[in-house]
Amino acid sequence: MEQEKKYPLKKVLMICSKGNLEDVLAALVMANGAVMEGIETKLFFTFFGLDAITKKRMNKLHTATVGNPAMRMPGGLPFPTLLGALPGVEAGVTKMMKKGMDKLDIPPVDEFLELIEAGGGEIYACKLAAEMFNLTKEDFHETVKAIITVGDLYAMCDGPGTQIVFT
Amino acid sequence: MTIKTIASVNVEVTEEGYLKDASAWNKEIAIDIAKEEGIELTDKHFEVIEFIRKKVAAGEGLTIRGIGKSGVVDAKTFYQLFPGAPLKKATKIAGGSKPVSCM
Repeated sequence: MEQEKKYPLKKVLMICSKGNLEDVLAALVMANGAVMEGIETKLFFTFFGLDAITKKRMNKLHTATVGNPAMRMPGGLPFPTLLGALPGVEAGVTKMMKKGMDKLDIPPVDEFLELIEAGGGEIYACKLAAEMFNLTKEDFHETVKAIITVGDLYAMCDGPGTQIVFT
Repeated sequence: MTIKTIASVNVEVTEEGYLKDASAWNKEIAIDIAKEEGIELTDKHFEVIEFIRKKVAAGEGLTIRGIGKSGVVDAKTFYQLFPGAPLKKATKIAGGSKPVSCM
């Protein structure tokens, strides 16, 4: 019988469009995981995802406690949306999340980006979104290689074994 | 069960080439596994390998971040020493089992 030919993943482009702590982390963990496996990795931040690479905001990202039906109380009971709206609750929940992250050796956002860069991963900001939020290269973390257009992004997708992941 | 001859010794390895028994490891085995991975080991490599072996012996999980903060090597140099998949390659050369960390 003929053996099925395998085509391993060679390059991955992660697009992060959200600024919640958990959405940003998902993109960072996936990108860092690819770098760790020797996969060529490019990470592209757009819209609210830009918070993750904006110096003033990157280490102050929050977990959304409103409109998140998967949110649970520490005992597993449902987390009422109205409770999530109370002042300080989002900050408290975020603090708990960060504690859990630290336990698992998940670094804060800036250190995470540095880790990805250390492994050869490349980090980019979306030009359109940067213009929309009035952000320039100086506002972004030093690991951000360039502000690029969607066209530039697609130009990086050449070659077989390339995948785009949108989070 | 797979028996492989590494550095003229028969050792038991997993399908992916990780030693089944970390105590069967010696420097010659490390040099041979590294060669297979296309790496010529230097003193710096052995410093890292030594650190990994200590962690493996203590039953502690390894992460690239942890190795980068160990003081032995920073993350960037670690990637340069073991290009491609450094955590996997370095652990394999150090005689540890396949890392299960996502970080």
